[in-house]
Amino acid sequence: MNIIEITDLHKVYDQEAVPVWAVNGITLSFEVGEFAAIVGPSGSGKTTLLNIIGGLDDPTKGNVVIDGVTINKLGGRQRTDFRMKNIGFVFQAYNLIPVFTARENVEFIMHLQGKNKNERDKRTKELLEAVGLADRIDSRPNKLSGGQQQRVAVARALASKPKFILADEPTANLDSKSTENLLDIMEKLNRNENITFIFSTHDQRVVNKARRVITIEDGAVVSDIRK
Amino acid sequence: MFEHISLAWRNIWRNKRRTLITTASIFFGVVLSAFMTSMQEGSYEQYIKTVVNFYSGYIQIHKAGYWDDKVINNTLVYTPEVERTIRQTSGVTMLTPRLENFALASSEEITKGVLVLGIDPQKEDSITRISKKIIYGNYLRPNDNGVVIGSGLAGFMKLNVGDTLVLIGQGFHGSSAAGKYPVRGIVKQPSPELDRTVVYMLVAQCQELFSASGRLTSVVIMVTDKDAVPPVFQSLKKSLGKDFEVMDWQEMNRILLKQIESDRAQGVITKGILYVIIGFGILGTIMMMVAERKKEMGVLVAIGMQKSKLASVLVFETIFIGMVGVIAGIVASIPVIWYFMFHPILMTGQAGEMMLEMGFDPYLSFSIMPSVFYNQALTVFIFTLIIGLYPVFIISRLKIIKALRN
Ligand SMILES: Nc1ncnc2c1ncn2[C@@H]1O[C@H](COP(=O)(O)OP(=O)(O)OP(=O)(O)O)[C@@H](O)[C@H]1O
Ligand SMILES: [Mg+2]
Repeated sequence: MNIIEITDLHKVYDQEAVPVWAVNGITLSFEVGEFAAIVGPSGSGKTTLLNIIGGLDDPTKGNVVIDGVTINKLGGRQRTDFRMKNIGFVFQAYNLIPVFTARENVEFIMHLQGKNKNERDKRTKELLEAVGLADRIDSRPNKLSGGQQQRVAVARALASKPKFILADEPTANLDSKSTENLLDIMEKLNRNENITFIFSTHDQRVVNKARRVITIEDGAVVSDIRK
Repeated sequence: MFEHISLAWRNIWRNKRRTLITTASIFFGVVLSAFMTSMQEGSYEQYIKTVVNFYSGYIQIHKAGYWDDKVINNTLVYTPEVERTIRQTSGVTMLTPRLENFALASSEEITKGVLVLGIDPQKEDSITRISKKIIYGNYLRPNDNGVVIGSGLAGFMKLNVGDTLVLIGQGFHGSSAAGKYPVRGIVKQPSPELDRTVVYMLVAQCQELFSASGRLTSVVIMVTDKDAVPPVFQSLKKSLGKDFEVMDWQEMNRILLKQIESDRAQGVITKGILYVIIGFGILGTIMMMVAERKKEMGVLVAIGMQKSKLASVLVFETIFIGMVGVIAGIVASIPVIWYFMFHPILMTGQAGEMMLEMGFDPYLSFSIMPSVFYNQALTVFIFTLIIGLYPVFIISRLKIIKALRN
């Protein structure tokens, strides 16, 4: 079953003198349970593509349909709501709320969803256990290493029970050990819980772990390999 | 909701020093304005109390037209019915008759214009407490045939207790008035004007002097406090009819009240300027907070927080910063103002003399009425609400992509 359908996607940035086609006619689909890497040289359009899939940016042309909903046609409030319910985000720079503990960061989105306390507590514990941070549950981000923060970010992204997770270069700020550790966790979640991950990367070791590798250049898909 | 409030509260302490500096500026602003307001309101209360208690009373009854033409011919006939009508009006706690007129006073060589005030010694005293201000001799007794004079007048005319004061003047309907009165006491009136001119005598004696038997210039009426005035005022107006002129303290002290109003308005401007300066300080802090957190705000909206919720967090932060300053300021100023309320500051030098000149005790009084404080809280609250529009505006225009790339 396809969870994401991208058809003839274009994005042009034309604030500058020469218009830049950051995404130039991409048609792609993703299924539930994929573990897919988007690779390509710097400036090839990876971030732009992920942003449009996640409804953070608008395409110039084309559509992104998620589970039957054309996300780029949703208005601001509805789209925010849609993201909250359906998409988990992991960012390169972790971007946790600094005044919240690990637990509170994970819980926050469940507050937004209006989940009750029991459910929040239970799921927060499970998730932080799953990312190997059960003992750091009450630590603030500034007391955690980059790798630990990114694991909290993964737990946060999962908290809302999203249909898939988008991660733009999630390991770019991590050392090799933390990178490996994070990928193991992501892989395990993917295998055991069938969680869909779509991530961009520059890192060959990350690419090696992916079960599908989509290479883009100049805003277009040049290869799409399933392993 | 609680989560958002908690987030807002924690956010303001991210940069402790900056928040403390901002709240400190609010704190000092609140303390300063509370102090200023308290002092202003305290003086106004004191002024009003002084004029009401020592002169006008809360309500006066005259013959219609007296207030605009204060002459002995414009006096009312104080019949027992009139007195009963007033006495039976509910809310009236005290009333005292007065007959006042100008006359010439002379001693051995000196002649001077004086204000003759015919009073009921006991009733008058229970309102204006003249007996407490007697510095030589005695206050008037019931059926006394003497006079009590102001110390300024006594000095000028070189009169002592036991000397005789001669009064000459014009009485009711042009009759001539003359009399000789022993000086029983000398009173020190705080108002120099009054002190230089006043001659107190029994109202009956005064009526006789001016051939105005049964007549009064005014009946002074006291009620429990100024809030009790309107109903009494209304029912007196109705029951006495249009031959009489019923006036309340506000009408009789219009000039003073106008001065108070304009003084208050000046205070509002001063405090307004102070708060605008503080407001810019808060705005600066909020602008920095918003600028620093653009990326984080982008993240929050990306993961599914509605902009409206995010904006409410920022508005709470603004309000919290304001309220921390306000609460600290109020908590600090209450004991200070409380102290000064019971220990009013004695004014010396020119300011003190000026107050004496105007007939007031030379003390800076303070008021602790709640508005002194809640006006500050309300002002800061309104300012923070206005400042809170800034983050709301910024968030409404927030572009997630741009914010994330920050
Ligand atoms: N807001 C923007 N305004 C103008 N041009 C932009 C904007 N965002 C991206 N671009 C351009 O679009 C192209 C694709 O950028 P994008 O960030 O998607 O590449 P990327 O593959 O993620 O690169 P990297 O690997 O360096 O992260 C680039 O040429 C970039 O300069
Ligand atoms: Mg990128």
